[in-house]
Amino acid sequence: MVMTGAQALVRGLEAEEVDIIFGYPGGAILPVYDALINSSIKHILVRQEQAAVHAAGGYARLRGKTGVCIATSGPGATNLVTGIANAYMDSVPVVVITGQVSTEMVGTDAFQEVDITGITHPITKHNYLVQDTKDIPRIIKEAFHIAGTGRPGPVLIDLPKNVAENECWEEIPQRINLDGYKPTIKGHPSQIKTACRIMKEARCPVIHAGGGIVGSDAASDLIKLAESIQAPVATTLMGLGAIPADHELFLGMLGIHGTTAANRAVSECDLLITIGARFDDRVTGAVGKFAPDAKIIHIDIDPAEIGKNIRVNVPIVGHVKMVLQAINNQVEKGKRSQWLARIKRLKEEAAYSYPEAGKTLTTRGVIERLSALTKGNAVVTTDVGQHQMFAAQFYRVKHPRAFLSSGGLGTMGYGFPAAVGAQLADPKALVVCITGDGSFQMSMAELATAKEHNLPVKVLVFNNNCLGLVRQLQHFYCERRYTAVNMTGNPDFVKLAQAYGVPGYRISNVEEIDQVLEEALNNGKLSIVECMIEKEELVYPTVLNGKGLDEMVISTGGYYGE
Amino acid sequence: MRHTLSVMVENRAGVLARVAGMFSRRGYNIESLAVGTTENPKISRMTIVVEGDNHVIEQVTKQLHKLIEVIKISDITDEEYVGRELVLIKVNADTAQRSEIMQIVDIFRARIVDIGYKSLIIEATGDQSKITAIETSLKPFGIREVVRTGKIAMVRGPKTKLE
Ligand SMILES: Cc1ncc(C[n+]2csc(CCOP(=O)(O)OP(=O)(O)O)c2C)c(N)n1
Repeated sequence: MVMTGAQALVRGLEAEEVDIIFGYPGGAILPVYDALINSSIKHILVRQEQAAVHAAGGYARLRGKTGVCIATSGPGATNLVTGIANAYMDSVPVVVITGQVSTEMVGTDAFQEVDITGITHPITKHNYLVQDTKDIPRIIKEAFHIAGTGRPGPVLIDLPKNVAENECWEEIPQRINLDGYKPTIKGHPSQIKTACRIMKEARCPVIHAGGGIVGSDAASDLIKLAESIQAPVATTLMGLGAIPADHELFLGMLGIHGTTAANRAVSECDLLITIGARFDDRVTGAVGKFAPDAKIIHIDIDPAEIGKNIRVNVPIVGHVKMVLQAINNQVEKGKRSQWLARIKRLKEEAAYSYPEAGKTLTTRGVIERLSALTKGNAVVTTDVGQHQMFAAQFYRVKHPRAFLSSGGLGTMGYGFPAAVGAQLADPKALVVCITGDGSFQMSMAELATAKEHNLPVKVLVFNNNCLGLVRQLQHFYCERRYTAVNMTGNPDFVKLAQAYGVPGYRISNVEEIDQVLEEALNNGKLSIVECMIEKEELVYPTVLNGKGLDEMVISTGGYYGE
Repeated sequence: MRHTLSVMVENRAGVLARVAGMFSRRGYNIESLAVGTTENPKISRMTIVVEGDNHVIEQVTKQLHKLIEVIKISDITDEEYVGRELVLIKVNADTAQRSEIMQIVDIFRARIVDIGYKSLIIEATGDQSKITAIETSLKPFGIREVVRTGKIAMVRGPKTKLE
């Protein structure tokens, strides 16, 4: 059948079972939008392109399936860049389609021309500038394969307008032929054997679980391993949900704002089993002081992560789930009552690492109640800042794929569009976006998107009238010279909700928390809950620059860290 | 230490930019990079000389592997291989100096490929030490310009790199 390139593209998307794409139209991408009219694929019109990538990423992370977004050339494409970088850092499978000026104009600085493949080389797993219409079916198939297999990541397809308009006679190829792309799936048997032996010999092992567990659906395999060798589990921000927060072996998140229990256990352990994580500097603190007495087993699909930041004793390259299954098949059960008693003590101490807040309304206080009222079953997205760290510490995530936060890039503006994507990925889920007044203002235009599609996302805005985390940095590193952190022009977020015709609530004191949350969570509608927080709240523990995890600063006394 | 990497890549637009970009982005230093097609028109070979300790070279190799269009990487530093570089040197040459220069050219089995009014262009191939030696020998006459291709290399014996 003869089609246009644009029609071939849409057919390629349908063949990949794409049901939703997030996007924003424009001149160069016009043919593709025209071809979408007759497709079963639902298009969600965002209000700024960056939100399209974040939403596609939120969709992908909750659904476990590659997300798709689309934008026009030039400014449409450059607006995507932050979102693409975010997906790249967090290994989220997304296929990004951009329009481009026609091939005969490429390179002439034509209207709305940018070299988006050049710009995104460092932040995509791969990208294509389509030169010939006949390549479209192959490229679509390859793009989904590359995005979703191995270590997942964003793949961009830049489609010149004339290439989209020309006739396409080519069928979708049966097979993919990429000589240079053959991810290692099975772990090396002798390495696995060595790992099992070392696990048996260890006296105080700790498992360090990252986003790779969540992304490869290996949570149950992780729990099985932890239980059989009796090793406590600390997760990264990306790994939250890999093991239920109420599991007795769960230590909490590790890292510079990790729990005292996780950071101490990692510092004391004699074996660290790192799975699907990459030793980010937010996790290790000073690398030289990280897990100083431990042998390290590192399991990851990406060979380039092994030995990059930290020396390892037993590297295992492979699909995390496959490797864990192989290990679980041969590892000996362990009994470590002494170590587990120590862990229990560390966890009890951790419960008191924050000073009493008393009657002050705090971010963590609200999040603790949210966690209790939702029993840890909500899908939580976060923005970036103090509220993000409080969410990671105090929302007791029960399930994998249920905690969506911007890890590697720390992108303010991620949380709300990610919530939009997540809600579309699972219309029945209770999706809560935990955000700050700074972050929310980076993407609150998406309220219109959520409103338009009746998405009952709950937005909890922790309004401390400042960029809290930066203020906290100034507190510790600049002798409290606070600058450029006050958000004095903030809107009234309750009225903002009203402007969109959706419920808005305010929590100003501790007594109001439960009642407001119950109402907002159960009203079935897009809602904003503004929580009035004091500027002075600080996130603890905190590991200062150059310090090891066990040198973390725990609250220095009074509630506000005086 | 200096390593020589022989890298097979798909012969497509943009591959060189990806490879070069990866090096600069991650702070690795390319000493030289030579690229050309192979017996298979769909594949190009890059010969990359890079300076670094084992940790750096390991990372370079792994990061190169992540590029979808990179098919195969071999670090041939410790293998038996033939390494060659081509250099063109434009050197000052008065009539009085010409015979002396021609002797040097002979010794290095180089060639004179152009004669100008007051200069010669000399073409030489060889490994790095030979190229350096000829450059040093010609320096006293006054070198006006040097163009080097960067090293290309091939492993000795019947085996080929794609096997
Ligand atoms: C796009 C972007 N710009 C700047 C930063 C630096 N930054 C990190 S946290 C933060 C403050 C966030 O403020 P808010 O969203 O109000 O959250 P809070 O820390 O107050 O909870 C800033 C500016 C960032 N992470 N992302």
